[in-house]
Amino acid sequence: MLDSRFSNISVLVPGEGFSPIGAGFKDDTSDKKVNLGAGVYRDDNALPWLLPVVKKVEETLMQDPDRDHEYLPVDGLASFISLARDLVLDLASDASLIARIASIQTVSGTGANHLAARFLAESLKPQRVWFPDPTWVNHKLLWSLVGDVQQSFYPYFDPVSRDIQFDNMITTLENEATAGDVILLHACAHNPTGVDPSRIQWEKIADLCERKQLFPLFDCAYQGFATGNVDDDAWAIRHFFRRGTLEIGIAQSFSKNFGLYGERVGAFHLVTNSPQAAAKSRIQLMILQGGEISTPPAYGAKIVAAVLGDADLRRDWEADLTTMTSRLKNMRQALYGELTKLATPGNWDYLISQIGMFSYLGLTKEQINALGIKYHIYAYSTGRISISGLTPKNISYVALAIDSVVREV
Amino acid sequence: MSQFASLTEATPDAAFVLIEAYKADLSPLKVDLSPGFYRGEDARPWILPSVQKAKQALLKDPTADHEHLPILGHAGLLDSAQKLVFDATSEDASTIASIQTIAGTGANHLGALFLAKASRPQTVWISDPSWINHTEIWQLVDNEIERRIYPYFDKQSFTIDVEGTISTLQSKAREGDVVVLHGCAHNPTGLDFSKDQWKAIANVCEEKRLIPFFDLAYQGFATGDLAEDAWSIRYFFRNTSLEMLVAQSFSKNFGLYGERVGALHVVCRTEGTRSKILNVLKRLSRAEITTPPINGAKIVAKVLGDKDLKQQWQNDLLHMSDRMSSMRERLVDALRKRQTPGSWDHILTDIGMFSMTGLQPDQIRALKEEYHVYLLPSGRVSMTGLTENNVEYVAEAVHKVVLAAKPQ
Repeated sequence: MLDSRFSNISVLVPGEGFSPIGAGFKDDTSDKKVNLGAGVYRDDNALPWLLPVVKKVEETLMQDPDRDHEYLPVDGLASFISLARDLVLDLASDASLIARIASIQTVSGTGANHLAARFLAESLKPQRVWFPDPTWVNHKLLWSLVGDVQQSFYPYFDPVSRDIQFDNMITTLENEATAGDVILLHACAHNPTGVDPSRIQWEKIADLCERKQLFPLFDCAYQGFATGNVDDDAWAIRHFFRRGTLEIGIAQSFSKNFGLYGERVGAFHLVTNSPQAAAKSRIQLMILQGGEISTPPAYGAKIVAAVLGDADLRRDWEADLTTMTSRLKNMRQALYGELTKLATPGNWDYLISQIGMFSYLGLTKEQINALGIKYHIYAYSTGRISISGLTPKNISYVALAIDSVVREV
Repeated sequence: MSQFASLTEATPDAAFVLIEAYKADLSPLKVDLSPGFYRGEDARPWILPSVQKAKQALLKDPTADHEHLPILGHAGLLDSAQKLVFDATSEDASTIASIQTIAGTGANHLGALFLAKASRPQTVWISDPSWINHTEIWQLVDNEIERRIYPYFDKQSFTIDVEGTISTLQSKAREGDVVVLHGCAHNPTGLDFSKDQWKAIANVCEEKRLIPFFDLAYQGFATGDLAEDAWSIRYFFRNTSLEMLVAQSFSKNFGLYGERVGALHVVCRTEGTRSKILNVLKRLSRAEITTPPINGAKIVAKVLGDKDLKQQWQNDLLHMSDRMSSMRERLVDALRKRQTPGSWDHILTDIGMFSMTGLQPDQIRALKEEYHVYLLPSGRVSMTGLTENNVEYVAEAVHKVVLAAKPQ
């Protein structure tokens, strides 16, 4: 038997193991099974939902005689890039503002986070990158691959109050962060907790960033998908931008708000203080992207550009956003209602105050386990549930199951 | 003052600068012989009929959605991709760790990243010359891995200096070094090793325990024959004990450039390594892209998985490679007719899209500025830009710049 040079590789790459939810749910043959794990939107029948505006655009694209599969430029589809930028930042077509921003199309939000991490690690050489505790499961792994940036967590979620432990957060960063550190912020609909800072808290975070000269990197994966209103969901980013004092990064995903998950549509925007810095940064971003993927995938970007670039389609899209966010709000309300009716021990108010796709149920690992084994309901062992897995058909069942495990486990 | 003000003034890729220049060129005579993508007889992009049919069939699929692929990618695509490259049986499949990537670049990148983490090679050997991006890819993955060139192109004779290749690897390569090899249709020279030469290369790799990393961007596109174009890889697969990698692109052979369809294959020779390798590949890919794009993958899987569509595709490949061949003949005829000084015959035997012309920088500049004919700075010409309408003009332009450069 030949010796392989790859025999001892299993421990090489640090990071989270993959959640076994997917496999557990898939193999479960019970017709009662509920998937509360996946961070993807599902409709009232627990099925993927093709946004009507996306379907419309795809049909148009199919008929287009000029449609081809040619390479995009290294930085992506030009129309997509500027529309994506203008969606998240209110620039009012101010050319001097636009000149300070380097934007590039990426392989969805992950690609944007990765490119941002790579670029910032090399150019800023931050001592640390700060993540909220907890954060999206992929952030740590992603940053661990790009260089020697120490990773730290800032206090964020208080499991007792189910709110942000804001004073702790500010104090920790005040005392321990150093100038040039990157601070990762979830623009809205924090994953996994669903708890976002208030506007006053956002202002204080911005003050802190100015005081400590931190670099805010926004992960923007739910614009429009959090509250249904794209402007409200971008408030935090725009507030930081409007100050005019901070250079910031924005990793933007169109997976959820367009339902284009598998097409991998995203962008990274770097807001700098000068057009020269933006121009240099843009080239460096293109060099990094060119040496890893050459150019980003075309199809999904064309769809998003078609929608955002047309006033009527844009209105259609906003209606589709309302459909999705209303459904999620209804499911939150319904679950809250059921648990209240059952007088399930615990305070369930946060279910309706938390925002977006996820909620932290505050269940123990054992309780989550029991949900899976006894009731065929699958959620992350951290207690995160995806509201999009709830449907009118399964809501009572899920509420009963939660009630049981809270009382018995 | 910006935190990004002191970034080094970098220049974007020369090829992309050319693209912009060509776009801005208003001359009706302009001819683009620089880019590595196929153009039809009308100098426009060509949607392969097999691709068009597959897209129409996919449209009718009621289960179609935009959901995430698995982290490894489209299962049907990976299965077909393995068969296509290796002529793999189901037994073979258990020895190959495959993952879908962002086309060929993504496969080269992920393979390099995997090797950097998993086997920490000291040196990566790249042909002189090679696709420009090979160096960039490895530099970005790990600058500590030494990038060295092995002799390949003999500029004087327009042949491969295979003795140089072998003796360099023999004397200078160390165990565990990576050797980047072009599966077929070498970019930029169009010169491929003969079968005997491939066997000799395989011997050196085996003897020195090197890691062959094949870049396969033109299977089917090179000669029109899928098996022929994969011969080198299949030989290494079946006749060596080497752990090897293949970066496979579907950009050219399916014309799906912008959809970014590709795969990375790692050939395992030891029990138990495949699952370990897949886990590492999954983690690395998860950390950079989470999942690969679905649109192009569905199309390729559809074509390769359907007997009739696959047959149509093979016809499409012949169509493209025949057009390349006939443009080679037309160009060489036109140059011979004019008795243009220089060695042009190799253009007839070079394989795939490209040939080196041996033209010098001032000649290349003159071609662009005076005649609006665009070549890469290296002197590489892409046959895809030639058509019946422009081949005489191009030959005339080449003729003129060659004569202008001759000493009086």
